[in-house]
Amino acid sequence: MPTATEATRRGPGGRQSVAAPARQAARARRAQRARDWARRAPLLPALVFLVIVTQLPFVATVVISFIHWNALAPTTRGFAAFDNYVAVFADSAMRSSVVTTVLLTVTVVLVSLLLGLGLALLLDRGFRGRGIVRTLLITPFLVVPVASALLWKHALYNASYGLLNGALTWIWGLFGSHDPPQPDWMTNSPLAAVEVSLIWQWTPFMMLILLAGLQSRAADAIEAARMDGASAFDIFRYLTLPHLRRYLELAALLGTIYVVQNFDAVFTLTSGGLGTANLPYTIYQTFYQAHDYGRASAQGVVVVLCSLVVATFALRTVSSLLREEVTR
Amino acid sequence: MNAPFPGRGRTGRAIALTSAALVISLSATACAGAGQVGKGDAQAINVLMVNNPQMVDLQKLTAKYFTKETGIKVNFTVLPEDDLRDKMSQDFSSQAGQYDVASLSNYETPIYARNGWLAPLGERADKDPEFDQSDILAPVRTSLTAADDKVYAEPFYGESSFLMYRKDLLKAAGLTMPAHPTWQQVADMAAKLDGSQKGLKGICLRGQVGWGQLMAPLTTVVNTFGGTWFDKDWKAKLDSPEFTKATQFYVDLVRKHGEAGAPQAGYAECLNDMQQGKVAMWYDATAGAGSLESADSKVAGKVGYAPAPVVKTDSSGWLYTWAWGVEKASQHQDAAWKFIRWASGAKYEQLVGRELGWSRVPGGKRASLYRNPQYLKESGAFARATQQAISSARPNDPGVQPRPAPGIQFVDIPEFADLGTKVSNEISSAIAGKESVTDALKKSQQLAQEVADAHRH
Repeated sequence: MPTATEATRRGPGGRQSVAAPARQAARARRAQRARDWARRAPLLPALVFLVIVTQLPFVATVVISFIHWNALAPTTRGFAAFDNYVAVFADSAMRSSVVTTVLLTVTVVLVSLLLGLGLALLLDRGFRGRGIVRTLLITPFLVVPVASALLWKHALYNASYGLLNGALTWIWGLFGSHDPPQPDWMTNSPLAAVEVSLIWQWTPFMMLILLAGLQSRAADAIEAARMDGASAFDIFRYLTLPHLRRYLELAALLGTIYVVQNFDAVFTLTSGGLGTANLPYTIYQTFYQAHDYGRASAQGVVVVLCSLVVATFALRTVSSLLREEVTR
Repeated sequence: MNAPFPGRGRTGRAIALTSAALVISLSATACAGAGQVGKGDAQAINVLMVNNPQMVDLQKLTAKYFTKETGIKVNFTVLPEDDLRDKMSQDFSSQAGQYDVASLSNYETPIYARNGWLAPLGERADKDPEFDQSDILAPVRTSLTAADDKVYAEPFYGESSFLMYRKDLLKAAGLTMPAHPTWQQVADMAAKLDGSQKGLKGICLRGQVGWGQLMAPLTTVVNTFGGTWFDKDWKAKLDSPEFTKATQFYVDLVRKHGEAGAPQAGYAECLNDMQQGKVAMWYDATAGAGSLESADSKVAGKVGYAPAPVVKTDSSGWLYTWAWGVEKASQHQDAAWKFIRWASGAKYEQLVGRELGWSRVPGGKRASLYRNPQYLKESGAFARATQQAISSARPNDPGVQPRPAPGIQFVDIPEFADLGTKVSNEISSAIAGKESVTDALKKSQQLAQEVADAHRH
């Protein structure tokens, strides 16, 4: 629709001037820009809000990380330059918690991914009561993390009244022995104890994503493979697995993002003792027990930067999620 | 809206949908809403307190008696000890005024007062004849007095530590508890009691990480073995022979004859083990006795009480009190004092005695309670022992050498919460058998020396 200004710029008889094509292109660009902004404008409030609630706190954290600020010693507050960062890199507890975090995350994600794949393959078949079984399998994921950690600590692991040792007593009793072994699970293998409770929680999550992937397989391709005499394993190896690759990556990525941040299990089961303190717990201790807001902020900043570096490389090298979709 | 995975066909859509659904469901479960306490209501105060049984009793009685009498509504926030400390120092250091009253211990009170976070209570108490400040036991009152000689908190209950033991099990094993046991005698008895009944362990000693958990009993053992955290010139002494010997003794005793799951056992777990008859002895807070003798306890009447075991000192019991402090920024100072005079008053002690039983009275703070015939009759088993333990505590001189800061089972400096927790982490590892006591203390000595250096300058 020509605007008033356009109408006046036109020559008599509607003949266009020589520079018309250029002007037209400029006009088109302007119109395009206006259309673009018309599309973006409604999104602006959301964008501004997002920046305020996510980016500003991080800026505040960065600022605090350059300040000496211990809540219990209000007199020593002041500019710290890089003191807090030096303290972070010199802190052996911080270094060991990096290792703990990597171990914990990799173990939990890989094991729950494998278990989840197994369960998803089983659930992909039709059988009576499938809906109920699926619901039951999803349940651990719906339990509040702290409640699940307490459940594992007291109802299962506890050396004197836990279910695990109770089961051992019962089994040994079947064979007439009154002296069953009563291992102290959380003391003998503290990190494994935390890992197992987390695997129990995250397996259903992995199963859900992989099940969604399995159910979106093209049935005709599998049918055709069967006609061509492919065995069940061949179908799994050459059809299902390539198809599931993207789902596996997505599940691993999301799982990693959440397990890296895990705090509840470490806090509740072992209070970070016996080498189970991961990064979130170590930062929590600096913040809440040492009340050293400056150093805790520096720890937070370092962890965020490291995560960004790792995440960027991981996504670039491993993930086909974005790449294949674009080049298809 | 662009789908997160701009794919064509079913695959892309399925991924987009599942991931979107999962992210939404996860963010929904990840939001743990913290309860917002009421603000600004003149006739309501917010109280932050520890989740010990005596406080839970108080919470039950408040609405029925205090609110009925005064019309002041009390909103309680109840947390475990470690979480309470964290939350409290956050709120008090920022003077956010979210809580009017908090349960502080004699560890925080002098530190908080020095930082100007607390409203002094001494004047109010002195002007209040019914409250009777002189009735409060002297060591307890002293421990709540800051460097400026003003009282900043009023005790709810006081405690020391002593040895609780099952009289029936000792008798069955042919043992008698001496009137003033030494640690060596206790270790020998633990060895004999261990396994004397099916599933019975000799002694329960805390092993859980935390300066307020494992570090408290262990530090009293260190004191009586002749060790100290710091000498008077702020030199760390964690690798001294005395400190090492005491820690080695404690760790060996727990490993050989202590409770199952020791590295995760704190006060609550030990109380549980003692009540369930899983351990024969328990060295811990005198406050535990009230729970052991309460009507619903399986071992009520079977427990004997001996003073804290010693080596080189005459007594080794700690001194600890949970007290009420008022945040300086509180908008409801008068209502807060009304609550404190009710909760810390002699009348409340009698109320608990009548309503819930005399064994559940928050004792250890007023001399008058130990003249109350009814109380002595009902809790004679531990009342005298508790009073003696508290009166013999010497927070300013707990060991065999002069100290740079007061405190029996802690060192009263702001850094101790963090330092004690880090050291307890090493010692908990030693209890679990993951490292030697020597290595644990070597690391701890470095941490302690850093703290000491900051105090020397």
